Amino acid sequence: MAARPKVAFFEFTSCEGCQLTVVDSLQTHPELLEAVEIVRFREAMSEKGDDYLVAFIEGSCTRPSDETHLKAIREKAGVVVALGACAHLGGVNAIRNRQELPDVRRYVYGDKAEWYETYPARPISAVIPIEAFIPGCPIDRQEFVRVVTAVLQGRAPQLPDYPLCVECKLKENVCLYQRGKTCLGPITRAGCDAICPTYGDSCEGCRGLIPNPNIDSLKTVLGEHGLSVEGTMAKMTLFLTYQMMESEAAGHGNGKR
Amino acid sequence: MATANVKIDVHHITRVEGHGNIVVDVKNGQLKQCDLEIPETPRFFEAMLRGRPYMESSHITSRICGICAIGHATASLRATEKALGVEPTEQTVLLRKLNFHGEMLDSHILHAYMLVAPDLLGAPSVVPLAKAAPEVVLRALRMKKLAGDLCAALCGRHTHPIAMTVGGFTHFPSRADLEGLRQRLIDSRPDVDATVELYQKLKLPAFERDTEFIALSKPDEYCYIDGVIKSTDGGTWPIEDYRQVTNETLVKHSSAKRCRNQRESYMVGALARFNVNFDQLHPKAKSAAAAINLRPKCVNPYMNTAAQVVEIVHCVEDAIRLCDVLLARGVSWEEPVQPGRLSGEGTGACDVPRGTLFHNYVIQDGLVSGANCIIPTGQNLNNIEADMRALVPTLLDKRPEEITLSLEMLVRAYDPCISCSTHLLHVEYV
Repeated sequence: MAARPKVAFFEFTSCEGCQLTVVDSLQTHPELLEAVEIVRFREAMSEKGDDYLVAFIEGSCTRPSDETHLKAIREKAGVVVALGACAHLGGVNAIRNRQELPDVRRYVYGDKAEWYETYPARPISAVIPIEAFIPGCPIDRQEFVRVVTAVLQGRAPQLPDYPLCVECKLKENVCLYQRGKTCLGPITRAGCDAICPTYGDSCEGCRGLIPNPNIDSLKTVLGEHGLSVEGTMAKMTLFLTYQMMESEAAGHGNGKR
Repeated sequence: MATANVKIDVHHITRVEGHGNIVVDVKNGQLKQCDLEIPETPRFFEAMLRGRPYMESSHITSRICGICAIGHATASLRATEKALGVEPTEQTVLLRKLNFHGEMLDSHILHAYMLVAPDLLGAPSVVPLAKAAPEVVLRALRMKKLAGDLCAALCGRHTHPIAMTVGGFTHFPSRADLEGLRQRLIDSRPDVDATVELYQKLKLPAFERDTEFIALSKPDEYCYIDGVIKSTDGGTWPIEDYRQVTNETLVKHSSAKRCRNQRESYMVGALARFNVNFDQLHPKAKSAAAAINLRPKCVNPYMNTAAQVVEIVHCVEDAIRLCDVLLARGVSWEEPVQPGRLSGEGTGACDVPRGTLFHNYVIQDGLVSGANCIIPTGQNLNNIEADMRALVPTLLDKRPEEITLSLEMLVRAYDPCISCSTHLLHVEYV
């Protein structure tokens, strides 16, 4: 019988909510503990191993010393999976990238700012190549199980390339736009079963953009539904600041590639 | 033979939320260094809130923490509501209390079963316990699932809440949802009793140091949301005067600020709430406390986990009561109460699983212009170090591994939420 594949969990700048969601996935899938050997999971285990096949990484890279650790993990792991929006996109950590860094540091730590190492937040894929990602803030438990299953079977995980709108329609949700609200569903990757619109709140784009998103049109629609330019920018930069800034830097103000 | 020289260096202590190092240096029996270093990356949430629409604040700040997401969201909403003159309806208040119990249960069960119990059972984690004591692990997962499902019914999910918003909710549980949850809570009583029995059997370390305890308080209920700040050393303060209690400073070895009130440090969390608000506990919770030899005023920080077990009993019983109240009055669709103004300042406070949490916002024309946030774990850091300084000299005749374990267990007992504590917001008055 083949040895169970070894997996390890790491966290950088994060709230550890994605790893907590992993722990909670055991409620419905306790067999996960049989399928893998967890050699490192700092939040839940004292056991520590440095020999692992699959590394799940939660959190953004937000300081130069993080790069060293990320590269060390990349050296050891056969498969690196970004776990959650912070690792995948930069997430909310990147909101501060739009401000001047010295000002950000002084605002929090005053004249002690230099004591604490930091630089603009970025997804881990900006530092190391990754084989897969599990999007969302936090990740979706069912998607986590699907991706882990695929990785253990040596397959590339298949995530939807279509927007949340498809999931909302399948669930027969009344569209938020028809309820006088706005929503980033039309440009956001499905796979969460449209959870936020289902609970009456806007999709905030935490799973990242679909390939070839029509951001221009969405901005027009948002304006038609009463959102100011500032309101639109705020919505687009809650989880997607890093992507918006990359797009602007590449000279595409409209986000199209 | 007492060890004259001891060096302890625990890098990234396990089974706590976030990154902390324990550094202890004893030379010739003298304590030279005794620090809980916080190397956690600063996250700069305060900077992030500046210029954001007020509606986003609770969504952004819930991302401070995966375990106390609802706690942050609730404190955030209360701060915004006070700043903008929004008075939540009675139904909203009830729903928020029930939601809060869900998080309290989720967090305490995680801590008592998965973070602390392994030490008491001689295991490195819950993973080998899944083989050695499967019924214990399955019980923990079952209880946690109920807590998570409770939050999901009320606000979409525990981490991170979706339907909580300024002035109310964007989703409401159905009658069937509430009846189902009520029955599951009732059916969970044997699991709750088993949790109390487990902690009757497990021996928490004995260590005492007189300490000031701080918690939110109300005369007529065991308080988790709003109330006044109350101290076991005497005194109450309105929430708006939190700065008089917390008195923050920075230290170099910690990206989290430190707090002190009437002594050099104070403690917040379940044990503090137990000590301050014992009278308001549900009778079953008081019985549970007696069963595990926990009496107010308890000054053994290791008993914080025991106080959490008492709160598990309380929260299950009070959640059943809240379900009864909501079913009796019926839950109706209420549009969130709209703000009367778009500028103002407000302070919201909650006693989240780890202790008193304050969010203080200044809002101008609908945008956050400044904020201050004091996190429970940040408030505990001085007290943890003071405990370590008192504890280490009593351990010097033990082997280094035993000293290390005692210190790790001390830090774990506080149930620290370290990545939370580095989010401290700066006061900005415009």
